[in-house]
Amino acid sequence: MPSLLSQNLPALQVVLPLIAAPLCLFLRPPKLAWLFALAVSGAAFAIAVALVGAVAANGAFNYEMGGWAAPWGIEYVIDPLDSFMLCLVTGIATLVLIYAGPSVEAEIPRGQIPVFYVLFLLCLTGLLGMVATGDVFNLFVFLEISSLSTYALVAMGRDPRALTAAYRYLILGSLGATFYVIGIGLLYMMTGTLNMEDLARRIPEVGETRTISVAIAFLAVGLALKLALFPLHKWLPGAYTHAPSVVTAFLAATATKVAIYVLVRIFFTVLGPIDAFQTLPAAMSETQVVSILAILAMLSGSAVAIFQYNLKRLFAYSSIAQVGYMILGISMASITGMTGGLVHMINHAMIKGAVFMALGAVILRIGACDIRRLDGLGYRMPVTMAAFVIAALSLIGVPGTSGFISKLYLVKGAMEAQNWVMVTAVLVSSLLAVIYIWRVLEVAYFRAAPADAPKVREAPLVMLAPLWILALANIYFGLETTYSVGLTEAAADFILNYVPGEGPTWEHPLFDDGHGYGADHGPGHGGGHVPEAEQGAHAPGVDL
Amino acid sequence: MRTHSVLRTSTKLLMPPIMLFALYVQFHGDYGPGGGFQAGVIFAVAFILFTLIFGPARARRVAPEWVTTPMCALGVLLYAGVGVATMLLGGTYLDYNMLAHDPHHGQHLGILLVELGVGLTVWAVMVTIFLTFVERHAQREAAADPDAEEDGHA
Repeated sequence: MPSLLSQNLPALQVVLPLIAAPLCLFLRPPKLAWLFALAVSGAAFAIAVALVGAVAANGAFNYEMGGWAAPWGIEYVIDPLDSFMLCLVTGIATLVLIYAGPSVEAEIPRGQIPVFYVLFLLCLTGLLGMVATGDVFNLFVFLEISSLSTYALVAMGRDPRALTAAYRYLILGSLGATFYVIGIGLLYMMTGTLNMEDLARRIPEVGETRTISVAIAFLAVGLALKLALFPLHKWLPGAYTHAPSVVTAFLAATATKVAIYVLVRIFFTVLGPIDAFQTLPAAMSETQVVSILAILAMLSGSAVAIFQYNLKRLFAYSSIAQVGYMILGISMASITGMTGGLVHMINHAMIKGAVFMALGAVILRIGACDIRRLDGLGYRMPVTMAAFVIAALSLIGVPGTSGFISKLYLVKGAMEAQNWVMVTAVLVSSLLAVIYIWRVLEVAYFRAAPADAPKVREAPLVMLAPLWILALANIYFGLETTYSVGLTEAAADFILNYVPGEGPTWEHPLFDDGHGYGADHGPGHGGGHVPEAEQGAHAPGVDL
Repeated sequence: MRTHSVLRTSTKLLMPPIMLFALYVQFHGDYGPGGGFQAGVIFAVAFILFTLIFGPARARRVAPEWVTTPMCALGVLLYAGVGVATMLLGGTYLDYNMLAHDPHHGQHLGILLVELGVGLTVWAVMVTIFLTFVERHAQREAAADPDAEEDGHA
């Protein structure tokens, strides 16, 4: 039994929340649904930790879905980058679910609570599947699973404006997903394969063609929409502001991160052999489009955040700026820069998770998080606000917090590349962060609460505990970087030096000959491979 | 709609072949074009046609909410359950070979069950989405004009 469990870990990672989601629908009492979802995500976290151990011990490994060998069937690949992402997503999901109980009961109508947890678990399934899979079409399916459930989750907000926000997110998110699928369609057209490793193997032969250039453009724009890179970020503030607090905390900490992961995965491993990222939507070397967009995102996001009154919206704009930091690090395409970008993914997940959890607690007790109503909040809810302060300092990048570590690596990477514009941008954007954080702290700590303010209790312990775990994690990872930087450095090294393995050397029994097919036939010509349309109907994990 | 006897009669005539065709697409899907998704959609089309002509109240008598909502979940459970069963039998996820002594039979049984799960969910979700919209509309109309029931929603 233990071996049965351990050899199926990569599948279980995704299947566990998938099978738990529909079960949740039958658990009518809200408490039961909550505890069940919590148990499932805790188990998923345990699996992710086990996978980190397995990768650290034996290196990257794969798992064949349904027993079909790799380039033909769908495989799941767990490498250093995947394992740390899985850990991040499941860890945040578990903390958010601990926190969810009271907050969801306060914000979601009672009858809809089981449905809420169904959607939450489906979203988790999608995010985990995107990370675990080694197949670009399967990735699209999981992208849709997570996106569709996210739209519904956002629409569950109390404010009627949540509906327009969700609708806008739906339209822009679907555009992003469509662009992505057009991109992989073009790649499939040229290479005849959807397997990531196989794509990386075959792409150099056709790398110079215009079709591949167009594919890269579609992929870049589609993914940039999904990860809310500046000019394509307009769905994010509304969605974060009006979604239920729990959803905002979860989305801010995971959804855009996974989209960034997909960008890294597609551009540095699948298209890595033709240096797509370095040459086409060019980064460091030529036109620097991506770095410039990242810098604009950092500056504009932080600047707009200064003028917001609704704190959720304020930190949503700050998230746009933080996405800019991550993309900036990645666009340096050097080990230090990539490490900075990836480590900021972890750190920002902890920061924004804590910030939005604190805001959720404030909403639970005060009823809103408008900055004009929060005078003296630091004295009315001291425990919540203390955690908020830690996360906010980390967001600025004060030494001793995790935010400092990521900015340190970003600045180091920029200096290595002798790019002083980037260094300045990081510093200026951090100064802007000081301004918007200060506005909040001034209201919360330097003004007395209005005399007629009703006394408020602290948030319940189940909400404070995960909030403080994240806040303390911000300090811990600011002082002790073995795990965060260690894991991401391994991942950055793996990604930048990615070389696809040799193709299968054996002949497939159903093929006329094992390797005689060029780009125009595709490997499926002999009948063994399932062509794209049919794959939609028969391949595991695709059709739901 | 009560006076449109051509529409009512042709709908009644069309319903059985549509459903039968859906079942054909469902169970012949392992050999030819088709499968659970297509079958679920076609099966739902029969319900949608029925609703268009006879109104959501009568459609809900055939597909009440306590049937359609759990069905959405049951299909996914069937699909994922087959995968878990193959894992418990010692294979990888959805390795149908494990389901019977002869791998051929295993593959056959596996794809049949998985497609059935897909079909169930797709049917239930299609009907749920359609009826949700129609019923909202019907409620609003009933609230605005109590006599509006007569003209249906075609």
